[in-house]
Amino acid sequence: MAFVSRGFLGRSGTHRGTGELPPGQYDVGDGFPVLSAGPTPRTATEDWDFTIDGEVAERARWTWQEFRSLPREDVVVDIHCVTKWSKFRTAWSGVSLDTLLAAVDTSAEYAVAVSDGGYTTNLPLEDLVDGRAWIVDRYEGEPLAAEHGGPARLLCPHLYFWKSAKWVRGLRLSSTDEPGFWETLGYHDYGDPWREQRYAGD
Amino acid sequence: MTTESRRLDGNAAAGRLADVFVFDATVVRTRCGTCGTSAPLGHYHVYADGPGMVVRCPTCEKMIMRLAQTPGHTWLDMGGAATLDIGE
Repeated sequence: MAFVSRGFLGRSGTHRGTGELPPGQYDVGDGFPVLSAGPTPRTATEDWDFTIDGEVAERARWTWQEFRSLPREDVVVDIHCVTKWSKFRTAWSGVSLDTLLAAVDTSAEYAVAVSDGGYTTNLPLEDLVDGRAWIVDRYEGEPLAAEHGGPARLLCPHLYFWKSAKWVRGLRLSSTDEPGFWETLGYHDYGDPWREQRYAGD
Repeated sequence: MTTESRRLDGNAAAGRLADVFVFDATVVRTRCGTCGTSAPLGHYHVYADGPGMVVRCPTCEKMIMRLAQTPGHTWLDMGGAATLDIGE
């Protein structure tokens, strides 16, 4: 595949993968490591919903069926885990957070992604807009497997992958930054792989 | 591999816990603040393949402790409401 330019492999979809390794990372190839901090939640789609609440004029909520009927995007991106593996050209399908966030009126600057199983991670709201983040429910053309975060996970590939919360069920918007699960245990608040922001103080 | 098959028991945490506690934490009777399960910490469930290590109750799976090592620091969060009975 070395002779094929990444980014010209398909007609549809958004190709953002550069095929370049951020500092300190290695290419995991065809593997897709599963890292978990607890048992895998298995939420049935009929029980699933996605909510945007917190500092919003009115809370927004989508059932699985409502979510599935929203405009969808195919995205092909490189992902970078803080444990040092990177994976090139991962293909996902889901709903842009631009679409979801358009449903709420807010002046918040930060978001906390909230997941089944109690996991949280914080991101600046500006990192979730302008076509840089999605709620994805399909991977490589198949429904997203539970061990990779299905029914749906956040995909925010320009930050370390712990920010792309598995089993995501909502965003809580706030005017203040509220560190999440790993961010309160010594990991970097922002997590830019290109600046190697792995740990607090990097 | 499923998440459950990668789960370890609390003895897997012995090395890191030895960096923090002066006693052998794996034999310390530990009471889960959520469901009341009382068992040696070595019987608790450990998820060690993430950025840090998460210790969960073997009965209710609530998190009782998490540890991470970053350059020059060991981070220990015991906000999961467990009681450790440390014998002399």
